[in-house]
Amino acid sequence: MLFSIIGHYSLILGLLISLTLIFFSINNFKNSKSFDTKILSFTFLQFILVVVSFLCLILSFIFSDFSNETVFNNSHTTKPLFYKISGTWGNHEGSLLLWLLVLTLFIFLFLIKTKNQPIKYKILTLVFQQVIIIGFFVFLIKTSNPFNYLYPIPEEGLGLNPILQDPALAIHPPILYLGYVGSSIIFSSALAATSLNMISKKWASHIKKWVLISWVFLTLGILLGSIWAYYELGWGGFWFWDPVENVSLMPWLALTTLLHCVLVLEKKLVLTSWVIILSISTFTLSMCGTFLVRSGILNSVHTFANDPERGLFILIFLFSLIFISLFIFFFFHKPNQSNLNNFFWLSKETSIIINNWFMMYFLSVVLVGTVYPIFLDVLTSEKISVGPPFYHKLIIPFLIPFLLIMAIGPKLKWIKSNLEDKVYLISLLFISFLLSFLIVKNFNSNFLINTILISSALYLFFVTLRDFFIMKKNNISQNIAHFGFSLLILSILFNSLFSTEIITNLKVGETFETSTTKIIFKNINQKKEKNYKSVVGNFSIQNSNGKIDNLSPELRIYNQPNIVTSEADIKTTLLSDKFLVINLVQNQDYFNVRYQVKPFMLWIWLSVLLISLGALISLFKKEYEK
Amino acid sequence: MYGRKVKLRFLFIVLILITLILTAFLVLKSLEENVVYFQSPSEIKLLSELDKKKIRVGGMVKKNSIFITANEVKFIITDFKNDINVTYSGAIPNLFEEGKGVVAEGFLKDRSLFSATKILAKHDENYMPPEVKEALGKK
Repeated sequence: MLFSIIGHYSLILGLLISLTLIFFSINNFKNSKSFDTKILSFTFLQFILVVVSFLCLILSFIFSDFSNETVFNNSHTTKPLFYKISGTWGNHEGSLLLWLLVLTLFIFLFLIKTKNQPIKYKILTLVFQQVIIIGFFVFLIKTSNPFNYLYPIPEEGLGLNPILQDPALAIHPPILYLGYVGSSIIFSSALAATSLNMISKKWASHIKKWVLISWVFLTLGILLGSIWAYYELGWGGFWFWDPVENVSLMPWLALTTLLHCVLVLEKKLVLTSWVIILSISTFTLSMCGTFLVRSGILNSVHTFANDPERGLFILIFLFSLIFISLFIFFFFHKPNQSNLNNFFWLSKETSIIINNWFMMYFLSVVLVGTVYPIFLDVLTSEKISVGPPFYHKLIIPFLIPFLLIMAIGPKLKWIKSNLEDKVYLISLLFISFLLSFLIVKNFNSNFLINTILISSALYLFFVTLRDFFIMKKNNISQNIAHFGFSLLILSILFNSLFSTEIITNLKVGETFETSTTKIIFKNINQKKEKNYKSVVGNFSIQNSNGKIDNLSPELRIYNQPNIVTSEADIKTTLLSDKFLVINLVQNQDYFNVRYQVKPFMLWIWLSVLLISLGALISLFKKEYEK
Repeated sequence: MYGRKVKLRFLFIVLILITLILTAFLVLKSLEENVVYFQSPSEIKLLSELDKKKIRVGGMVKKNSIFITANEVKFIITDFKNDINVTYSGAIPNLFEEGKGVVAEGFLKDRSLFSATKILAKHDENYMPPEVKEALGKK
C-alpha cells in the first residue's frame, strides 16, 4: 500500500525531472563552455527515483501486497521468495519498469564515463535519451501503471505462470534488457553525433565500448532464454524460430554488424552512413520487438496482456522515433566522399563489408519470416505460419561463403594486402574437406550440402585454432570470438545431424525396445512441495553397449494457477545430452515419453560463452598504441 | 567516354541491384513453398479439393474424444459445428486437454481425417490461439 504510493509518485517525479533536464540541456547547449553539473545530478536523481520505484514494486511482491493490481495478478503467498522477487519483472508492467531502469542507468553511466568528447555532444545525447525516457514514462504511467490500486483487497493472488518459475528465466529479463535496451544509448549518441557532424574515428572508438556492452548482454540474454526453452518447454530443441525468438535475434544481427562496422570506422573513416543506419536500426528493431510482443499480435509467454491501447501507443512512439532519426540522418549527415575509393578489393574492409551484406541478408530473412504472417493476417485475414524450413532453406546455404570469408578476412590487412602463407590456408581447406567427408560419409541425406557446410565450419575452426598458436598481438579477442562462432556452428550442425529421438506412450512398469535402446518405466513417486505437487517417473535406459542411465523426469502440478509443467531430466556429458521428458495425458493411464540423445549440446552453450568472452576481452583491453 | 571511377561505380550499382532482385525472388519463392495455412474444421469441410501441403487445424479438443494407445493418440478437433478426427504419434504438450484449445500441424488424409505431425505447445492455461478464437467465433 505504502510502497505503491511511493513507487507511483517516484515515477511521476521522474517524468518531471525528464522535462527539467531537457530545459537545462537547452540552456547549457546555447552556452556550452562548461558542462552544467546540475544536469549530472538530475540524471542521477532520475535514476535513483526509478530505482526507488522498482524497489517499491519488489517489496510489494515480497510482502504479497495484493492491494497492488500487478502483484495480485502475478503473485501468490505460497510462492518461494526467489520467484516472488523475479515475478517483479515477469509481467508486463514490471518488465517495463525494468526497461525504464535500464534506460536511466545507461544515460547516467554514459554521462559520467564520457570524458574526452565535446560538451554539446554529451548534452544532445542526453536530450535524445530523455525523449525515449519520456515516452516510456508516459507509456508506463498511462497504460501500464505497475502501482494500480485494487479495492476490496483480495485475499490471495492469481500466481505466476509456473513455467516462468525457473532460475534461468528469473535472470533472463534483466540480462537481456541490459543489451536490448542498452542499445538505446547507441541510438541516442549516433543521432547526437550525426547532428553535430562529428562522426569520426575518435567517436567510433568511444561508441565501440557501448556497442560491446550491449552486445555481450544481448548475447547472454538470448543464451539464457535458449537454455530455458531447452529444458523447460520439453521439445528438446534450443531454437524454434518462434517470432519471439526472432525479435531478439534481429537486434542481435544488427548489433553484430554494427560492431564490425565500428571497427572499420575506428581505423579508417569509411562506412559512416552505414554505422549511423545500423545504430538507428538496432534500437528501432528492439522497439519493434517490444511492439510485436506487447501488443498481443504475437502470442507467446512474453505476451502478458492484449491491450490494443498499448500496442497503438508503442506503434506511434516507434514511428515518431523512426521519423526523427530519418530526418536527422538526411538533413544533418554529410558523407565524406574522399576516402570512399581508397581501399582495394582484397582487404580487411572488403571482407567485413561482404560479411555485413550477408548479415543484412540473414536479418531480412528473419524479418520477412516474422512480419509476413502479420501483414497477411491484417490484409487478407488469412492465417499462416512460417516454420523452420523457411529459415533453414534461406540461411544455411549462405553460411558457407559467410564462414569462409570469416576465416580469411581477418588474415587480410587494412587498405590493401596480399594473402600471406597461402600454402597453409589451402592445405587447411583441404584437410577440413577431407575430414567432413569422412564424418558425413555414412549419411545419405543431403550429402553434398552437409559436407560443404561442415568443411567450411571446420575450416574456420582450424584457421582460428592455428592463430592461437601464432599469437599475433591485438587480435586475441577477435580470434576467440571467431573460434567460438566456428565451434557454435559445428555443434549446431552435429547436433542436428546426429540427434536421435524416441517418442512413445508407456504405462508404469512397461518397457519399450528398439534395436539400439531399451526404455524401462520402473515406477512413479509422488512428492509434495509448498506450491506444487509432483509426479516423478523413474526410468532406466539401456543402450546397445549395455550402459544404463537412470533418468527421473518430473511432472509438476502447480496449485495456483492450476497448470501442469514437465521438468525434463537431462544427463549432460561432454559429448552428448540424454534428455527425457514425460507428459500425462488427461484421464489416461499412458504417459507420453520422449527420449532424445543430443550430441554436443553442452558445446552450443559453451561456444556462445566463448564468443561473449571474446567481446569482453575486447572491452577491457587497453587501447594499444597507434 | 566516362572515367574509370564512374564505370566502376556503375558496375557496382548494377551488381547490387541484381543481388537485391535475386534475394527478393529467393525469399518470396521460399516463403510461398514453406508457409503453413491455418484452417478450421468447418473450412476443411468446404474444401473443393484436398491440398497435399502441410496445414494447421485448430479448435477445441472434443470432450471424451482422446483415445491413447502405445504408439498413437487419437482425438477429435471441433469448432462446435464440424469435427475432424486426428491421429498423432509424437510428443504431447502439457496443456493438451479435453475441452481446451489446440492447434495441430500435419496433413489431410480426407475431409474428416487429419494426420498430425506436431501438436503445438501453449504457454498458459487461459491462452487461446487467436486462430482458434476466431475459428470458434465464426460459428
